Amino acid sequence: MNLWLGVLAASAAVYSWKLIGFLIPTKSLKHPRIADLAALVTVALLSGLVGVQTLVSDSRVELDARLPAVLVAIVLMVLRAPFIVVVAVAAAVAAVLRMWF
Amino acid sequence: MQAGKVGVVSLSVGFATGLYGISFGALAVASGLDIWQTCVLSLFMFSGGSQFAFIGVLGSGGLISLPAAILSSWLLGVRNGFYAVNMSSLLQTLGLKRVVAAQLTIDESTAVALSREGEEQAKGFWLTGGYVFLFWNIMTLIGALLGSSIGDPKVWGLDAAAAAAFVALVWPRLKNSRMRLTGFFSAFVAIVSSPFVPVGVPILLAGAVGVAIWALPNKART
Repeated sequence: MNLWLGVLAASAAVYSWKLIGFLIPTKSLKHPRIADLAALVTVALLSGLVGVQTLVSDSRVELDARLPAVLVAIVLMVLRAPFIVVVAVAAAVAAVLRMWF
Repeated sequence: MQAGKVGVVSLSVGFATGLYGISFGALAVASGLDIWQTCVLSLFMFSGGSQFAFIGVLGSGGLISLPAAILSSWLLGVRNGFYAVNMSSLLQTLGLKRVVAAQLTIDESTAVALSREGEEQAKGFWLTGGYVFLFWNIMTLIGALLGSSIGDPKVWGLDAAAAAAFVALVWPRLKNSRMRLTGFFSAFVAIVSSPFVPVGVPILLAGAVGVAIWALPNKART
């Protein structure tokens, strides 16, 4: 599959949710059970991405500089640091560790 | 958030959110997209979680993982549909304005709109959505230009930065023990399944954990 096609298809797919939300009758999606599903799936997908980005490379579980960097990121989230700080510090931690070891 | 003028609140939320477009731009280029593709994602997909998911799956699997990348970003976009339902009844727009409003319906614009009262709700939505769109796209371009000039992304810890970005996106959503349990199990399933299934599929399995927990009886439900 062509990369451009993928970029456009994914963009259209994500936009479709937004447009559907504006087009459908308001009542049907306000059901708390449906909102609960959306919240759970969002957390599950993001957590899956955390796990894979932190511990997997080339389909293998691998412990490297990413893990300490993510632990630092978690500490920063607990301390309510802003997004950009969390991301930048995590990158710096991994970069410095790789420079030393 | 009621404190402060709606214009000031919108601007500061828009700028702060837009700022991390820099990290998106840099990571997108590191994952194999060119600068144009990176900018098109920010213009047309315009939803941070979905965009990071797309490049995250693509970056670890390459072209072969493209279907999984599309599917992951699409599934992560579902919450925007729920925001849209709320914003639709709040804004009461029609025609082309509605098409634009739909694109601007994201976490931040919805949050600011819902934190205001009366006429300031619509104003907060449009201003915040507009500012985030503006800054997010400018910063994406800057990040992509930076990212394409720095060489090996691992030397700069950009792979760890991607992981940290997902931590920052999910953290505020882990509000109760049920959400934390969901987060733990889905991360676990994604990691242990990685050696056995094609790249990208572990993320979809993680999503399935969310559906499974939803199907279980929930005592806390009201």
